[in-house]
Amino acid sequence: MIPLYWYIILSAALFSIGLYAVITRRNTIMILMGVELMLNAANINLLAFWRYLYASSGSLDGIVFPLVIFIAAAAETAVGLGLIISAYRRRQTIVANDLDTLKG
Amino acid sequence: MTGMQVIFLISAVVILFSGTMMVSTRKLIQAALWLILTLFGVAVIFALLETSFLAIVQVVVYIGAIAILIVFAIMLTHLAVDDTYQNRKWIVTAVIAMIALAGILLAIFTWPQGATLTAPLPGGQQDIRAIGLALLDPEGYLIPFEISSLLLLAALVGSIYIGLERKGETK
Repeated sequence: MIPLYWYIILSAALFSIGLYAVITRRNTIMILMGVELMLNAANINLLAFWRYLYASSGSLDGIVFPLVIFIAAAAETAVGLGLIISAYRRRQTIVANDLDTLKG
Repeated sequence: MTGMQVIFLISAVVILFSGTMMVSTRKLIQAALWLILTLFGVAVIFALLETSFLAIVQVVVYIGAIAILIVFAIMLTHLAVDDTYQNRKWIVTAVIAMIALAGILLAIFTWPQGATLTAPLPGGQQDIRAIGLALLDPEGYLIPFEISSLLLLAALVGSIYIGLERKGETK
């Protein structure tokens, strides 16, 4: 059988890749995609811990929490992409460094 | 090496490889396609954890809706495809990401209970009926369910309002 460590190492690596994308890339769409990777890593972690520690007690927490994360991710993507398209329409750019209207 | 372990290792390699390609490729549309491959790999991981419902939701919601939405946004902001340059200090950020990874792994490997968990508990296979009943049960998850549906409605209205083109807005 698969040890729990394997899932945790996988999700930690996926989280780091997403973190790298969020910090490094300047394109706002790429930043959103990095956030999606990080949310997926968190989902793997939640499900693996639930499966290895709580699944036999009949609790459904480990299934419902990732579902709520799915919903939050969908809402975040919809609003984020709406903001990006609106910013593109006003400023003709979606590069995060150029969106500096609020800079002092 | 059992069959499950082989499947896990293959999908882990696919996830990490396509994730790395996603963050390193310069073309946004290719990055979106690599993201879709990554999400498929995560769906396989969900299936390995015997949560078939979440595996299907992953394919339907993430790949069917979110990834397609991202592809739409990339196509609507077509100028951006050309200048997806990376930050010049990418080595510094790579080191930061590696430090985060090392911190997580350190926290996990110093957790004493971790080494004892080598096999999943029995009874993980949930039927969808139980999930649906629990979601609408006031003793269960009714309030998170209703709040998240409210969140979806707010996101729907908000993104339509943000996306509306008003007069004199475009330069």
